Amino acid sequence: MAFLHATTHASAPAIDNAAKKRSLTPYLLLLPGMVWLIGFFVLPIATLASTSTMTRPEGAAVGTYVQSLRFQNYLDAFSANKDQFLRSFIYAGIATLLALAIAYPLAYMIAFKAGKMRSFLLVLVVAPFFTSFLLRTIAWTQILGDEGPVVSFLKALPFFSNDIRLTSTPFAVVSGLTYNFLPFMTLPLYASLERIDPRTLEAAGDLYANGLTTFRRVTVPLSMPGVVAGTLLTFIPAAGDYVNAYLLGNPNTRMIGNVIDSRFFAIVDYPTAAALSFTLMAAILILVTLYIRKSGTDELV
Amino acid sequence: MSNPKVSDSRGDLHLNRLTKRFADFIAVDDLSLTVPRGSFFALLGPSGCGKTTTLRMIAGLEEPTQGMISIGDTDITTAKPYRRPVNTVFQNYALFPHLTIFENIAFGLRRRGVKDVKKDVDNVLELVELGHLAERKPNQLSGGQQQRIAVARAIVNKPEVLLLDEPLGALDLKLRRQMQIELKRIQMEVGITFIHVTHDQEEAMTMADTIAVMNQGKIEQMGSPAELYESPKTAFVANFLGQSNLIKGKVNSRSGTNASVKIHGIDIEVPIARMASHGDRVLIGVRPEKLNINANSKNSIGNGTVTDASFVGVSTQYLVKTSWNEELVVFEQNDAGAPDIKVGDTVSISWEPAHTFALDGDQDLSAGADVDHEAD
Amino acid sequence: MKTTTLAPAPMPTLSHRASRWFARNLIRIYAALAFIYLFIPVAYTFAFSFNDAGKSNLIWKGFTLDNWKNPCGAPEVCSALGNSLKIGLISTILATILGTMIAFALGRYRFKGRSVINLLIFLPMATPEVVLGASLLAMFLNFRINPGMTTIIIAHVMFCISFVVVTVKARIASLDPRLEQAAMDLYANERETFRYITLPLVMPGIAGAALLSFSLSFDDFIITNFNSGTVATFPKFVYVSAARGIPAQANVIGSSMFFIALIIVVVGQIISRRKKLKVN
Repeated sequence: MAFLHATTHASAPAIDNAAKKRSLTPYLLLLPGMVWLIGFFVLPIATLASTSTMTRPEGAAVGTYVQSLRFQNYLDAFSANKDQFLRSFIYAGIATLLALAIAYPLAYMIAFKAGKMRSFLLVLVVAPFFTSFLLRTIAWTQILGDEGPVVSFLKALPFFSNDIRLTSTPFAVVSGLTYNFLPFMTLPLYASLERIDPRTLEAAGDLYANGLTTFRRVTVPLSMPGVVAGTLLTFIPAAGDYVNAYLLGNPNTRMIGNVIDSRFFAIVDYPTAAALSFTLMAAILILVTLYIRKSGTDELV
Repeated sequence: MSNPKVSDSRGDLHLNRLTKRFADFIAVDDLSLTVPRGSFFALLGPSGCGKTTTLRMIAGLEEPTQGMISIGDTDITTAKPYRRPVNTVFQNYALFPHLTIFENIAFGLRRRGVKDVKKDVDNVLELVELGHLAERKPNQLSGGQQQRIAVARAIVNKPEVLLLDEPLGALDLKLRRQMQIELKRIQMEVGITFIHVTHDQEEAMTMADTIAVMNQGKIEQMGSPAELYESPKTAFVANFLGQSNLIKGKVNSRSGTNASVKIHGIDIEVPIARMASHGDRVLIGVRPEKLNINANSKNSIGNGTVTDASFVGVSTQYLVKTSWNEELVVFEQNDAGAPDIKVGDTVSISWEPAHTFALDGDQDLSAGADVDHEAD
Repeated sequence: MKTTTLAPAPMPTLSHRASRWFARNLIRIYAALAFIYLFIPVAYTFAFSFNDAGKSNLIWKGFTLDNWKNPCGAPEVCSALGNSLKIGLISTILATILGTMIAFALGRYRFKGRSVINLLIFLPMATPEVVLGASLLAMFLNFRINPGMTTIIIAHVMFCISFVVVTVKARIASLDPRLEQAAMDLYANERETFRYITLPLVMPGIAGAALLSFSLSFDDFIITNFNSGTVATFPKFVYVSAARGIPAQANVIGSSMFFIALIIVVVGQIISRRKKLKVN
């Protein structure tokens, strides 16, 4: 039935005549938005590229730079900060996997087991968003803080030493990243799980697949678009984030975002900040492209 | 038509040498057709035969590659859909989900600038007997109710031509029967030209005064349901419209009103008036209910073996294997109680010459028989 | 074929039954834990909005309603909130209009260069916020534009557009083309079809996109921090005060936003459910 339905829909008559005629209308519709994106996304990225090869002339004031096409900036910037780069990707990667592990069962439960509660639970997933994410992160710093309830509890247990701390650790930074981007993982997962016809799962059961096999062979492949979208929506912002590392970490957990931020504001070294930004963007785009290719989904675009 | 925007043409619908070519195939191929004003006309054919494309061209949703469409003397070939006095009952109805039933029906009236829509809407709701549902939303209606609202929404505009695209396809069998009669009643009451596209031959025969059977973008044959059934002109029509037994034969002689035809060594008679071919090689056709078992009708082909018997209530359907190993379908009325013929029995097969038709012998025996009747 | 035995099935022990119940509800338990995880900091923020904390709201010092009675008590907290609301509103309106126009162009027309447009929509979403913020600031500095309210709005509209396009486009794609054809068939010209059929049917998508834009804009810190100059938004205020302790009034505002949003959503759902029940 579901298959038939899908077929009839697919063979439904194509879009009306107006759509087929080439006209000026689409270009007029695109114009203002595209002007905005070109002016405030493409152009800035180009400026960033150009800034990245500038140098400060001898004796010039702080913050004064001239174009000198010094590509060496990239090597300098990268070699001075490769730890932070690596850390960013590792932290973001771990946080993405953790978020997937937490969000998948959650999304599955809402999609298949929630009944009438479905839309209410969905609201609950998004609800924490409305308390500022900074307030929530700061709340974590206090909950996990040295004087906080969690540490006091752990100290009371026999198998932890008395100088245990949770904040200012990589653990805290990764937890913060996981927590903050969890809804970005849950929503796309839910969207693709919800589209699965429960009858396909029943059919799998009917065809001698047990629960686990059904999950592995039917549910997971069908939810792949959600997995891809969710992991990207989590990984990309996590890799560039510096708020969690700033609030929950220590100088040894600095991520590349912290470096870019401080290069810009504290040190006023625009070329290095630009070179780092550009490298980060390129690295993420390459990773994303490879990932989308590999998973065979281009639904996101 | 109160609105000057909509063309005020009246009269018969003419399709003149209409062709629609898509990138990779020809959907409608040089089709010419006249539908008399006020008739109930069916375009019948298997999926992909071009019937829906023809309908969409009449509605203005598709532009013909070549040819002309006119109503009376007005050419509407390139008129926008909202400028022609034609309305459509869409497949799956396409009721506007965000509007109430009342507003759905009033939609066309309002667009044409009719000031007081209430009376017209109420009248048409009464016609389809759903006045109590005016304030509901479409998704609160059953399939059959939605179908009637779709019809009401179209005919409230009193179009010259009403197009129905597989209008009963989504309904179950019992409801479909009911709606067939209902649609026919509505058509007679409003007197609008109905053009009904369907793949269901029974539906077409029940409702239409005239049926055009379409195949591969062309009309195979056009006529009243009885005409098409009793005297099909091609193997496709013979097989698509009901069932037929087709047997290869060769004309011996034509004399007077009858011709003598030899089939597998047996001579039979065929009325010349019922022969669609002037050639020697012919296909002899007989409808299953016209074949008699163990009777002495004039055209006899001797004995055969019963290979299958299905009891279907009013009749029993047999498959009988002839001496030349062709399986014929035979329907026998159960007017004398349950029959006592069983699988494996030897029976004689015969029929009256007047019930025979003859087609051009160069056609595929099974044309139109193996097409998917239920496909969409 | 199984043979039926008449012997009574052994009574399951209590622990047996408990473990069966546990296995059957494992996923619900897991989800409940996930929700607790999601809401711990929200609850903490809410609880500490009642703290009689004075300047730094780090340790529980006693219950008070003063913070709720006077949410603007802490210096600058309300002006920061006002800025955030203003920026959120203007950015949402602009991004929703621009994004919806693009979505209609992509969803309803054929034109050359579609893949370039798609790429241009996708790239801002695949670019980390630091890079978006840094690049905009680099450009503004280059053109000697002082960052402020206007530059924040420019930045917010830029990153919201893509999300609007994606959301509205999905809604347009799920629209049955036959509905628009039916409208044309019923004497609605292109303009009327758009006004009476297409737009109302796409509206829930547009509303969802606007809601998303507002929450993205309201909660944004990184891009804002790069392009705000001396203007303080609510998240920036929180970040800056983090070092010396956040006033409890910030918790009041954060908690209020949470409850206001929750009430809006829940009331909206109740109304739509009522409507359905009433007609039935």
